[in-house]
Amino acid sequence: MSLAELTLHEAAARLRKREFSAVELTESVYRRIAETDAQVRAYLTLAQESALEAARRADERLKEDGAAAPALLGMPLALKDNFLTRNIRTTCGSKILGDFIPPYEATATAKLRGAGAVIVGKTNLDEFAMGSSCESSAFFPTRNPWDLERIPGGSSGGSAAAVAADQCLAALGTDTGGSIRQPAACCGVVGLKPTYGRVSRYGIIAFASSMDQVGPLAKDVRDAAILLEAIAGHDPADSTSAPQAVPDYQAALSGAVRGLRIGAPKEYFVSGMDAEVEQAVRAALRQFESGGAVVEEISLPHTEYAVAVYYIIATAEASSNLARYDGMRFGCRADAEDLTETYRITRAAGFGAEVKRRIMLGTYVLSAGYYDAYYLKAQRVRALIKRDFDAAFQRCDVIVTPTAPTTAFKLGEKTQDPLKMYLSDIFTISANLAGLPGLSLPCGFDSAGMPIGMQLVGRTFDEATILRAAHFYEQATEWNKRKAKLKSKK
Amino acid sequence: MKISRAEVAGVALLARLRLSAEEETRLTAELDAILGYMDKLNQLDTAAVEPFSQAVEAVNAFRPDRVANRPDPETLLANAPDRDATFFKVPKIIE
Repeated sequence: MSLAELTLHEAAARLRKREFSAVELTESVYRRIAETDAQVRAYLTLAQESALEAARRADERLKEDGAAAPALLGMPLALKDNFLTRNIRTTCGSKILGDFIPPYEATATAKLRGAGAVIVGKTNLDEFAMGSSCESSAFFPTRNPWDLERIPGGSSGGSAAAVAADQCLAALGTDTGGSIRQPAACCGVVGLKPTYGRVSRYGIIAFASSMDQVGPLAKDVRDAAILLEAIAGHDPADSTSAPQAVPDYQAALSGAVRGLRIGAPKEYFVSGMDAEVEQAVRAALRQFESGGAVVEEISLPHTEYAVAVYYIIATAEASSNLARYDGMRFGCRADAEDLTETYRITRAAGFGAEVKRRIMLGTYVLSAGYYDAYYLKAQRVRALIKRDFDAAFQRCDVIVTPTAPTTAFKLGEKTQDPLKMYLSDIFTISANLAGLPGLSLPCGFDSAGMPIGMQLVGRTFDEATILRAAHFYEQATEWNKRKAKLKSKK
Repeated sequence: MKISRAEVAGVALLARLRLSAEEETRLTAELDAILGYMDKLNQLDTAAVEPFSQAVEAVNAFRPDRVANRPDPETLLANAPDRDATFFKVPKIIE
């Protein structure tokens, strides 16, 4: 067995027993990448030199710190390429950033580096995190390690595929409408979108600022808890980061769900969804019951409006956030006869089709005469969606749903129909609209052998309860122990 | 039609995007379909609903305006599309 297949907590325990060094662990990850990434294409940039240097420092620190060493010391991690990494190229999957080398570091990744983690490289994503399949990356699509003809999900598809293919021990992604949870479901890994404000977004390339959040993609629930604890907390550099204290998330993994009240919203079990996905999630609900949880059908009546609300608000915010890409101080520039034309040609050449579509939609819904009909209307319906969740959490502690209506689809299947692509986020976007934490974990496989994801949504700042429930389920079923069978090929 | 080709051209100017004729045609059809789908929201009477403002209660966060993490000019200028010594070189905006 390759060391790259280990979870964070397994690798950390064995590193402390000196069974191997951090350098050996990092080298095994790069070997795995060399063997598999020509097929998967999870990485946009590898940082092998600085990673091996960080691994050497981790081995030194381990000698000094011993048992007191942080959990992430020497752990090879991947970062979605929308985290600014000082001195490592950051593209956000877009040509407009060119070969941008960030002059500063995101808080989340600075925390990982401070804890001694080893940054392996930057993973592929849909351009500016806008997409559900990784196909809108300006560079190349990433493939699903379970079936190379299928998408890995998006937008954190590179991070999810890298974790599933053992090309890192764990990764970070971002989630604005499902971009951690949906790829986690597609690739059979654990993905956690924390509460809005739980993790600092300083140094994360902004998409939709009222929803963007940073979170882990990991091989099991314990690893997700370890990573969340490492990156969560208030940051003076992000005024939207929350001041609430960060709990000991690993302590929540008690293995018990007795008395836990689980709500299964009837609007998430609808016709049109894949029957095998529905069966797997219903079986999971019975598993929770057998552990002593109480499962009850609930209603989130405004669910069917979430996609429309989301694609108004997210595109409106994106059209504003992406106005900064003007080709003046960084990125690429195409010069024209006057300034307006310079902007227009630069942006036309630098942005891909999906990003242009969203900038256009967002500009339109914010424009004079349409603001009330679209943007303001969407914010009113968003309040109703939040209210649905507030009412549901009076009756239950966790809401369980499928993460996505289907398992991973084939490349090219939805690229010609943007609306069809948008509907693949139907079960994940409500948690972003309401600011709630959501976690996806594997809950079975369909007849084609593709992983099925189950989503657990919790109360604001109650990541501990969804981690506890997910951990119980994982212990009882061990779906996460299955591995994608990638053939090594150089 | 929810949106005309002329409106698409107008929005493209506001958004500082130069669209080709082919893109303009395609975006008109796509935006029309997407906006048609969004009509769904009009099924709901929201006259009495306050618009959503924030997911998590937060108040203005103040901190002293002190320079930390002072940028190094060479690192910043290294990303410039065009530069002249220690300046960003940008197009002339005054005739």
